[in-house]
Amino acid sequence: MATKTREVVLDPLFNNNPIALQVLGICSALAVTTKMETALVMAVAVTAVTAFSNAAVSAIRNYIPASIRIIVQLTIIASLVIVTDQILRAYLYDVSKQLSVFVGLIITNCIVMGRAEAFAMQNPVRISFLDGVGNGLGYGLILIVVAFVRELFGSGKIYGVTVLTPVTEGGWYIPNGLMVLAPAAFFLIGCFIWAVRSWKTEQVEEEFHVGALLEPGHEGHIR
Amino acid sequence: MEHSSRYIVLFAAAVCGVCSIFVAVSAVALKDRQERNKKIDVQSKVLVLAGLLDEDADVSPDQVERLFSERIVPRVVDLETGAYLDDIDGSGLDPKALAADPKTSHEAPPNPAKVRRIPEYTVVYQVMSDDGQLREVILPVQGKGLWSTLYGFIAIGADGNTIEGITFYEHGETPGLGGEVDNPRWKALWKGRKAFDPNGRVAIHVKKGRAGPPQSDPYAVDGLSGATMTSRGVSNLLAFWLGEQGFGRYLEHFRTEMSGGRA
Repeated sequence: MATKTREVVLDPLFNNNPIALQVLGICSALAVTTKMETALVMAVAVTAVTAFSNAAVSAIRNYIPASIRIIVQLTIIASLVIVTDQILRAYLYDVSKQLSVFVGLIITNCIVMGRAEAFAMQNPVRISFLDGVGNGLGYGLILIVVAFVRELFGSGKIYGVTVLTPVTEGGWYIPNGLMVLAPAAFFLIGCFIWAVRSWKTEQVEEEFHVGALLEPGHEGHIR
Repeated sequence: MEHSSRYIVLFAAAVCGVCSIFVAVSAVALKDRQERNKKIDVQSKVLVLAGLLDEDADVSPDQVERLFSERIVPRVVDLETGAYLDDIDGSGLDPKALAADPKTSHEAPPNPAKVRRIPEYTVVYQVMSDDGQLREVILPVQGKGLWSTLYGFIAIGADGNTIEGITFYEHGETPGLGGEVDNPRWKALWKGRKAFDPNGRVAIHVKKGRAGPPQSDPYAVDGLSGATMTSRGVSNLLAFWLGEQGFGRYLEHFRTEMSGGRA
């Protein structure tokens, strides 16, 4: 059990990363990664929502009628996201202003829904909760790596502290304008996927053939 | 396993019931805190613009509230006539909400600043100096940039013409380009420039390229490089809010009031 617990939490970091391998939830990964602070808060919010929605779905998994299971999952996820948004507005007002609509958009984040459907529907509460934590962390890891690079080269800062003083503030560093725009996150995530797959070559996909999406291990391909 | 329709309907109702209670409880429980956050946010922006609070200063909400109540007098202004409406208490009013609420605003005619609604009345913040003299007045402004609506304040000195400062507290412009409207160095360029030319027309604008010092080039401010649309948006929104449809009449009142005449 102990090894399974570890696997469930740590696997999503590199072996089965929701963004890098499952390619889920990249939409918000583009939007909130211009600064590390917002990326960190977003990572925590997604981890909390995924963990609790997994736990809730798992707790009632034997009672959910199969015909309405998706909508039930969505209702639970949406409620959790609204509560998260309310809490951020009450306790982290400045960050919640910067995250604006993206907190609400966690509802449509495929990771949350994908884990509820693929994992929590078949597994007991505790392990589902941990699966949610693991996947949230896997998502958060990429967010923070991408945000680190974007903030450093885009505005010369690390977590809001100026490291490379840009010319607009009297320094020498000319900020890389591309880094603050959404496409930069695409390039960085691409590089990240490349790096992970060079390290763990078993993640390299075989050439596409019909039916590949139905193979075990690819159940996450919802988009 | 198969379920009866009755079971499915009841199950769905139960899930909705539980979730809605959960959401409602959190919304109600946190409401006061959120409202206070919003109020403190607006108040600290006003204080920073008035130069009474340091932008990065780490102050408690209570300190902000105390400083605000000591040095700032919120007053409600009728935009149509430019007169004060002192029977309305301005301290809890949010200029952004006043302009958005159909009960307190009307539709704006088409304008370059793309302002959709004009409030019937709004709140202005009068800044008092240490000895209780009226030093400047802070006006709420808003208008379209490139992607988003910019919400901000402009501070006008006691002569009703000199710009003391500008700030945008909410916008969704590109960070690093249009988002540089937040840059303190750019905001500092506004101080000392004039809003109106000698004929009383709004003259202040963001120009392309570099503007001279305030003495020789009083009506222009440096453009933001890489952000032509945002710069233009700022010019347009100032032209709108300082003009006839915005605070033009109020500022006339204000000038008469300050020069000793009765408002």
